[in-house]
Amino acid sequence: MRLLFLILGFLFSLPAHALAPVQEVKSSSGVTAWLIEDHTNPIVSLHFSFRGGAALDPVGKEGLARLASATMDEGAGKWDSQAFQSRLEALSITLRFEAGMDNFNGRVLTLRENMDAAMDMLKTALMHPRFDGEPVERMRSQILADLRQRQEDPATLGTLALYKSVLGFHPYGRGSKGTITGIQNVSREDLAHFVKTRLGKDNLVIGVSGDITAQALQKLLDETFGSLPDKAAAWQLPEASLTLNKKTQVISKPIPQSSIMMVQGGIDRHHEDFYPAYVLNYMLGGGGFASRLYEEVREKRGLVYSVYSYLVNYDKAALWLVGAGTQNARVKETLGVVREEWQKALESGFSAEEVADAKTYLTGSFPLRFKSSDRIASILAGMQRDRLPIDFLETRNQQVEAVSVEDVNRVAKSLLTPDKLKAVVVGQPEGLPF
Amino acid sequence: MRYLLVILGLLLAFPVSAGVFNPKTFTLDNGMEVVLIENNRVPVVRHMVWYKVGSADEPAGKSGIAHYFEHLMFKATKKLAAGEFSKIVAKNGGQDNAFTSYDYTAYYQTVAKDRLGLVMEMEADRMTNLSLTKEVIEPERQVILEERRQRTDNNPGAQLREQIDTVQYMNHPYRIPVIGWAHEIKALSLEDLNRFYKAWYAPNNAILIVEGDVSMAELKPLAEKHYGSIPRGPEMIRLRPTEPPAHADRRVIKRDQRVRQPSLQRTYLAPSYRTSTEDDKAPYALEILENIMGGAATSRLYTSLVIDQKLAVSAGMSYSPSRLDMSELTFWASPQAGVSMAVLEEALLKEISVLLEKGVSFDEVARAQKSLVNDAVFARDNLGTAAQVIGGAMAIGLSVDQIESWPDAIQAITVEDVNRALRTVLKDQKTVTGLLLGLEDK
Repeated sequence: MRLLFLILGFLFSLPAHALAPVQEVKSSSGVTAWLIEDHTNPIVSLHFSFRGGAALDPVGKEGLARLASATMDEGAGKWDSQAFQSRLEALSITLRFEAGMDNFNGRVLTLRENMDAAMDMLKTALMHPRFDGEPVERMRSQILADLRQRQEDPATLGTLALYKSVLGFHPYGRGSKGTITGIQNVSREDLAHFVKTRLGKDNLVIGVSGDITAQALQKLLDETFGSLPDKAAAWQLPEASLTLNKKTQVISKPIPQSSIMMVQGGIDRHHEDFYPAYVLNYMLGGGGFASRLYEEVREKRGLVYSVYSYLVNYDKAALWLVGAGTQNARVKETLGVVREEWQKALESGFSAEEVADAKTYLTGSFPLRFKSSDRIASILAGMQRDRLPIDFLETRNQQVEAVSVEDVNRVAKSLLTPDKLKAVVVGQPEGLPF
Repeated sequence: MRYLLVILGLLLAFPVSAGVFNPKTFTLDNGMEVVLIENNRVPVVRHMVWYKVGSADEPAGKSGIAHYFEHLMFKATKKLAAGEFSKIVAKNGGQDNAFTSYDYTAYYQTVAKDRLGLVMEMEADRMTNLSLTKEVIEPERQVILEERRQRTDNNPGAQLREQIDTVQYMNHPYRIPVIGWAHEIKALSLEDLNRFYKAWYAPNNAILIVEGDVSMAELKPLAEKHYGSIPRGPEMIRLRPTEPPAHADRRVIKRDQRVRQPSLQRTYLAPSYRTSTEDDKAPYALEILENIMGGAATSRLYTSLVIDQKLAVSAGMSYSPSRLDMSELTFWASPQAGVSMAVLEEALLKEISVLLEKGVSFDEVARAQKSLVNDAVFARDNLGTAAQVIGGAMAIGLSVDQIESWPDAIQAITVEDVNRALRTVLKDQKTVTGLLLGLEDK
């Protein structure tokens, strides 16, 4: 591939005329889903999230949510692990759970004809997971193997170190994948307690797309999610306060290419300047082959294969990250160019033409995200997780359109902090730290 | 290209008369093949041009040139400045990229349907009008060397895979990594690059694939206008050295202090769609075998090594028939903490010998066939998949009919076909075993 594309998408848009409108479907037991009907192919995709994710893992049990996500589909109700998995395979049903930092997520993808069976299995996994000894230990050892393997990956090491230095003892500071000790400490009782206390209807959002009507969905919502507890156990996550500085931390590893990660403060998803900041990030480093970092660091100087920036929005923290990788001898130069671009953007801002081009990309590329039923359902769940309005798909482009060059340059001045752009380098960089 | 196969498998769920992707095709006067797959969900199109040239077509000593080209195609032409291609696509709300394999190089853009003419015009322009200079190729050479460091040299598993290929293939260019050897990349000259471009980039060596919200009535005049006017290039012959028989089992061991989770793999040369002349069912039979042995939670190797014997954290088998020349079949596993590699290897070999001795069962084959059939519906739901599958297949010389009849071919396979194919591949072959180990691992 010409570029390893690492941008994290977090904004969605769509031409109002392209797909059916978003319907809000409410079941009698109070479960709500957002639905886009699409009868092109005989399949249905359902994505859901419970608020509260890996950040709520107790200290000493980091990885609890992740181990729960790996074991809830390994045996439930009358099916043991092999029976459950065999049935999924025989019916070509994809059913998975996944722990994010702020949410516990799941998805079901199925042929329309197997929809009832798929939802029945989901319900059983949510309500009656077995947590039998064999699958729990098997999943534990697989996660431990993955955590060991992650220690081989320089970019992962860099990101973890960066999070720790910026977020300190806030739960976000330990990442969302768990730790070796934490995973070893999670008991079967912890898993059962997790399911009983964390999965409540008050914390649930659902997105659905595919070959299903609102009426049919309403009934399935009741049958599948209706008997969950009304409320999950209360929890609270503190606001994160970021510790930022211009220091460069080096983690020494015997590799030919250093992995560079940098961070500064981001912007809240609901801040009035969010869209100017979003356009700003696109122009600076978020725009794939069209950003200033790409142009200066890769095209002109050949310093890297990949360089990118992205905004990260957690419920209680907002970050702005930069990533790059270059041979050890050129790390200093690469860091210098990135810092220079940061400073230049702060001081001189962007031209009207650059802003106009960014806006045509950001508004014009919207339908590209709606590639499949599965993507559409995922987007609908994501909108609710981010507390966006149901007409977001129609209004999002107007918000991008409304951004002016003055907005962008004003926000660049207030948001960019090159004097607090923290860097972590993993590798054997020459002449660092300085 | 495992991805390709899995998806190819999909189509069985549709009524036979509906075909797999139902592509429409024609050929321009200059020899360029054109394929359309309609998909009207959103007003978007995926536009791809595939060139029938990959790393295995490189001249000796010039490794990396095919992939270098993939990067250089985004540089200046007579009409556009370097980097402008991607900027114009982005300005128009589109996305673009490219990729290279042993057997082909492909370029693609995803854009709103009313921008199809624009991307075609630019793609046709760079098919013949690329103008390379020292100023352009030198920074890009550094970018490619960084790409190689990032993908291979920074990753012990990728380094092992590269070394395995060098002993798996003794004579065939599949022994050379697609990205090339660093010392040869450094030595490629402007003349080398221009010669390669003139030799391979021409309409008669290219396939145009468009998937999305467009009709043949709209596509045909656009294709004729932008690509039809380009003159035919020279006739191209893909000269591929053949592989001699191996006379020894080979072991490749990569020990590295970075490795925290060891793993092992064992590879066998296997036929591809193109090379399986004596037994034309073999590639389909081996695809079914892959599904049975596989990596899924209920596959044989996972059930035995991970669940029952508790020796491995993961285990499986992979095979892809989508190659111009021969392919390979790979068994792999990664040990549980505290399990030695010797014990794991012995257990894996036992699984292979049981497979050789007893073969697969009727039920296993039927289940695999059904699973491959159902996957088809999901593939059809994803814009871009059809273009990827059809492009990859045509670039190695398969016909549209062969792609469309894939489900029939899979359904026609019997237990005997699978057992015959697996015995031919697994029996008495000189294999390659690769071990990835930390400094302390045994």
